Amino acid sequence: MPSVDVPLLEMKGITKSFPGVRALQDVSLEVRAGEVHSLVGENGAGKSTLIRILGGIYPRDAGQILLRGLPVEVASPTHARQLGISIIHQELNQVPALSVAENIFLGREPRRVGGLVDWDEMYARAGRLLADLGVSIDPRRRLGTLTVAEQQLVEIAKALSADAAIVVMDEPTAPLTVEETERLFGFIHDLRARDVGIIYITHRLEEVFKIADRVTVLRDGLHVGTYAIAGLTMDELISLMVGRRLTEKFPKEDVPLGPPVLDVRGLTVQGFFRDVSFILRHGEILGIAGLIGSGKAEVAHAIFGATSLDAGEILLDGRPVSIRSPADAIALGIGLVTEDRKRLGLVLSMSVRANITLPIVRRVAVALFIRRLEETALVTQAIRDLDMAVTSPEQIVRNLSGGTQQKVVVAKWLQTRARVLLMVEPTRGIDVGAKVEIYHLMVALARRGVGIVMVSSEMEEILGMSDRILVMHEGVITAEFPRAQATQEGIMASAAGRVRSAV
Amino acid sequence: MQFSRLYGLATLRRLPLTRLRNVLRRFGIAIAFALLLVILSALSGSFLTISNLLNIARQVSINAVIAAGMTFVILTGGIDLSVGSVLALSGAVIAGLLAAGRPVLVGIGGGLAVGALLGLVNGLVITRGRVQPFIATLGMLTIGRGLTLVYTDGRPITGLPDPFVWLGAGEVFRIPVPVLIMMLVFLASSVILTQTVVGRYVYAIGGNEEAARLSGVNVAAYKTLVYVISGIVSAASAVILTGRLNSAQPTAGVGFELDAIAAVVLGGTTLAGGEGSISGTILGAFIIGVINNGLNLLNVNPFYQQVVKGAVILLAVLLDRRLR
Repeated sequence: MPSVDVPLLEMKGITKSFPGVRALQDVSLEVRAGEVHSLVGENGAGKSTLIRILGGIYPRDAGQILLRGLPVEVASPTHARQLGISIIHQELNQVPALSVAENIFLGREPRRVGGLVDWDEMYARAGRLLADLGVSIDPRRRLGTLTVAEQQLVEIAKALSADAAIVVMDEPTAPLTVEETERLFGFIHDLRARDVGIIYITHRLEEVFKIADRVTVLRDGLHVGTYAIAGLTMDELISLMVGRRLTEKFPKEDVPLGPPVLDVRGLTVQGFFRDVSFILRHGEILGIAGLIGSGKAEVAHAIFGATSLDAGEILLDGRPVSIRSPADAIALGIGLVTEDRKRLGLVLSMSVRANITLPIVRRVAVALFIRRLEETALVTQAIRDLDMAVTSPEQIVRNLSGGTQQKVVVAKWLQTRARVLLMVEPTRGIDVGAKVEIYHLMVALARRGVGIVMVSSEMEEILGMSDRILVMHEGVITAEFPRAQATQEGIMASAAGRVRSAV
Repeated sequence: MQFSRLYGLATLRRLPLTRLRNVLRRFGIAIAFALLLVILSALSGSFLTISNLLNIARQVSINAVIAAGMTFVILTGGIDLSVGSVLALSGAVIAGLLAAGRPVLVGIGGGLAVGALLGLVNGLVITRGRVQPFIATLGMLTIGRGLTLVYTDGRPITGLPDPFVWLGAGEVFRIPVPVLIMMLVFLASSVILTQTVVGRYVYAIGGNEEAARLSGVNVAAYKTLVYVISGIVSAASAVILTGRLNSAQPTAGVGFELDAIAAVVLGGTTLAGGEGSISGTILGAFIIGVINNGLNLLNVNPFYQQVVKGAVILLAVLLDRRLR
């Protein structure tokens, strides 16, 4: 039996370098049984690296890992699982073609005599796990047919099925709705009661105060400190994370609005949204709010020509335009910052240089030959303007932190000198500091007369940055609020539609 | 036993070899090539002679030229299995035109046009028809071979003019003409991939096709283009082979796609696309050529040669994966 004073997990003096970067230096983390321990820090602070070391994905350069006081070497992810360490990764590692149950038990399927998979047992156990979580998902369904939020819940069920002593959750609530988040928190309470140690990574600091017992703050690969939540305020935590006090989170300025730049009428894409009309003015930031599945992101994709419209027309500076492909949209001065930078926004295997100039590389080329000097000038200017943390323009984008990656995406669209910028979840998964920088950039663009459509699931930024707010529910615009009249309650009610407000 | 599983792998990987690993990762294939040269020079006195090295370069040239085109295709995440058949049909058309008394340039132009056309069909089937490159080019492999047999009636075409034969068998200052053609193809490929918009787009498509599309890249057009390039260079290799054999053989080029793919992969280009280089491919082609040549010089039984060659390819790629 482990004695009471021995922590469940101790990571001591963990140091890890990657070529050219010191990711972690002398970092410690201690988790007790039955504790929810939050791990916070800006993007690039080293949270993910620390977790990957714990999960056996990266070897460490120095330091010690103790499990119930005994030193262990976590040699591989499989080994981590055998040791009782279960990690729910931010990027889901799932097989869309397999069933929910098969995903949950991947690699450790219940067996019958003779080694055959015991399907009945597997489906039954998966069903029980999901029911425990309060989720009504048929374990026989193909995972690919679930929503992202449901997939996340399956991933959580999978982690819990392993009878883990330590559960690591990396941004688990990012794709979840309010109710699903509440349910997850309820479940975390149950786990705590079962003496499981929980490491909870999040950018949503209000969650830290809601469920964590203690918090460890990392900054630039260093261990800033470990604190009891009870003795900490939100402002203190933020300044520990960023190493400075943020003067204002939303630097929104009133910019005199110009004439309409984008006028969309009756846009419809079957199965996603219908009859969407709005006018965006030069210098305006138009927020579009709505729940997952409300069709708000699809509107931006359709205006950009990434999906084809079934009906509707688009006017740009008063002239009707035909947009059949992203190339058309770019030529007309429309940019799209996508919601998923790794999947849609960046070519991770390419350099910062190549990513930033991808939409406009023809402009710096003569007879297809890229004029290197001209390109370099553009790229170094962009790196300076956006204050990107890169060592050189040739650095591969895969190796950058989330916040810096997002800056590369934005820089890419700044090159196109867009008059309309569609930004879908512009600050998803990036830290407070980088968020504020992106907001400053949006204001600077608006001041230059760029019209910005900001599609976002984050209520705070919708309220904090928009001149005007449209709310969508099940593919239809249900409300419009001027900045002065927008409230969280009003937006939530419209986003939920009448059905829910009647309950 | 459990102990070694717990400590072995992690400790090995943690050895303070980060810098060495970086060097190996970047230059591993070049180092392997240099090692191979040293070993073979030590084992055989006739290996490191100018005439033997030129001989190797000449033997390598055909596969290297095809592999250059294959590099474009694989960089986009595709594959072209039809290169051997394209070579055969282009060669047959060239020889047919020349045997009918047409000028050499017309013959070569006709052959290159056939290569470009078959490549275009590959590209359109893949992009417009949304057929996987493996299947599309597998179909073309069979069709191309069949067309070659139809065109040649299954017999070699001979009686080619001397100026044409010179392209496959001639020399300029002791350097075989095929080697010069190979150098030309590699220079052009390298310039296109590193200096032009086309190269940028090829890497972008292979790295993340959706992100490339959303950045305004005409993905279908550039994907089609790489198959056209592959078809044209396959036809260029047909010029070399037909000239060297002084005839077009209906069975020319059978299995060449595998050597080309091996050269590209040995050169460090990933089959998933987006990462790799043309300089790697030329090294890959030479490694295969040097192994062939060395085993011949050492009088290794030809049956075993295949085993050794395959093993070396696997070993090199395994090593590369380990270092990544």
